[in-house]
Amino acid sequence: MRNRNATAYRFLAPYLLIFSVFWVWPIISSFMISFQATRTVPWRFAPGFNWGRLIGDPAFFNAVKNTLLILVIQVPVMIALAMVMAVLLNSPLLKARGLYRFAFFAPVVVGEVAYSAVFRLMFSLDFGIVNKLLNSIGLPKIDWFSNVTPAMALIMIAVTWRWAGYNAIILLAGMQSIPEDVYEAATLDRVSKLKQFFHITLPLLKPVIVFCLVLSIIGTMQLFTEPFLITERGGPGGGTETLGLLLYRQGFRSLNFGYASAVAYTMAALAIAITLVQLWLTREKQ
Amino acid sequence: MSSLSSARLRRSIALHLFLTPLALIWLFPLWMMVVFSTMPDNGIFSPGIELLPHGNFVDNFNNLQRDTNFVGAIGISVSVAVTYTFLSVLLTSMAGWALARYQFFGKGVVVGIIFGTITLPYAVVLIPQFIMVARDFQLANTWVALIVPPLFNSLGVLFMRQSFSMMPDDLFDAARVEGVKEWRIFLFVALPLARPMLAALAIILFLASWNNYLWPLLINSQPGSMTAPVALGTLIGLTKVSWGGIMAGAVMLTVPMLIVFVLLQRHFIAGIAAGAVK
Repeated sequence: MRNRNATAYRFLAPYLLIFSVFWVWPIISSFMISFQATRTVPWRFAPGFNWGRLIGDPAFFNAVKNTLLILVIQVPVMIALAMVMAVLLNSPLLKARGLYRFAFFAPVVVGEVAYSAVFRLMFSLDFGIVNKLLNSIGLPKIDWFSNVTPAMALIMIAVTWRWAGYNAIILLAGMQSIPEDVYEAATLDRVSKLKQFFHITLPLLKPVIVFCLVLSIIGTMQLFTEPFLITERGGPGGGTETLGLLLYRQGFRSLNFGYASAVAYTMAALAIAITLVQLWLTREKQ
Repeated sequence: MSSLSSARLRRSIALHLFLTPLALIWLFPLWMMVVFSTMPDNGIFSPGIELLPHGNFVDNFNNLQRDTNFVGAIGISVSVAVTYTFLSVLLTSMAGWALARYQFFGKGVVVGIIFGTITLPYAVVLIPQFIMVARDFQLANTWVALIVPPLFNSLGVLFMRQSFSMMPDDLFDAARVEGVKEWRIFLFVALPLARPMLAALAIILFLASWNNYLWPLLINSQPGSMTAPVALGTLIGLTKVSWGGIMAGAVMLTVPMLIVFVLLQRHFIAGIAAGAVK
């Protein structure tokens, strides 16, 4: 490698230009907008205006509660499921591997709008296939859209369906990069497969799992399309409203950019805080 | 030896007995998408259980085209995704090349910032991006608005940096001794060698653009400028709308991507797994 400032920056220039205009400046700008009263033109500097309102806004706390609830339940369940998928897809005993891989990985290419529409139709009260199937095995119908608990469950089911395979792909690639001879040695020593998983696979995979967790946490923190389209703008009565939806409502329905920016920074702060705790916890154990 | 293989057989059966129902549950929404798209609306909203396709796809598609100009929206989505993919592959591989092959002032800072943005929610830049593009540049409802702001991506650059730094130095040094210019080395030596990685990157970027929803929803909200997912999204939740039509649209958005996925699975998986495995 050579020291060539001019050449390097010529290659980097277009990328850095886009980065500066559409990321660096917005990160700063968004912070400044959160300290401005934006309901009247011209905007004016009013440090407590949005942040003060945020602290006393029940809609904000509702959105934080819903977002964290989804995060705490859905992310671990999904990562665990992705791990199960990855381990089983990696098994040498599996036949027709391609078919199983297709089944679990296919949702990765499905767009949010397309799958939200399908889930909405599948879970509808009277004509949804899910309730019909529940009925046919003697279980009562569930009103997925008018009660908060089933509506939240539906959001979590939808997100898990969409993203479990994505995480399984990453975990599977991680598993396949673990050298084979580690397992061969363990098998010769008559270590059971289950023990091999907990004492070899899991520890070696820790960085990959952390990567999946970080991506999932950031994704779920910004959850928008599913509560927007599946449960109809965060319904019933704000029961599935997330921070992403609150930001959309404040920023792009009420055009209150200042308040929406404060919500955005809260999301970032929560995501970074949770990520740091995550990294700290996984570092401790090593 | 025979007891060992019968234990293997039992394990294998248990594995398939567990995995098959899970796989069927996972395929079920996709299957139902296809089934719904072929059913008349009064069939979708009937009490019976229908699990097999009917023959109503064309009628449903016509209903969709009546509710929103879906063909036009698909045209916009395809053009935008193709342009975006080309530009983004070029931009990210140039940046990845610089980070992989040169030592330069400020390199650590650049790499650090790119890594940092992975953990930063997109929501933080969304509002200023919107204000800038819609108000300051007056570019709402244009292709530029759909293509340019999403061009920045961090995982792609890190992936290309990784790909280029694994190539042997001699390859490029030989060309340098001959006096070949750096940009020609990049274009005619490095890029052809990186073809599999470029394919993986291109597929992931194309898919991201094709499925992108929030940004196009905000910035291109006028009917004639909407992308296909946005146009389809406007129908969901309307009271008088053809659900068979919506499902036909969902199938048109999804099935081509599924075919690409099946054909190019290796590249797809490489692209997704690239972020984590170093």
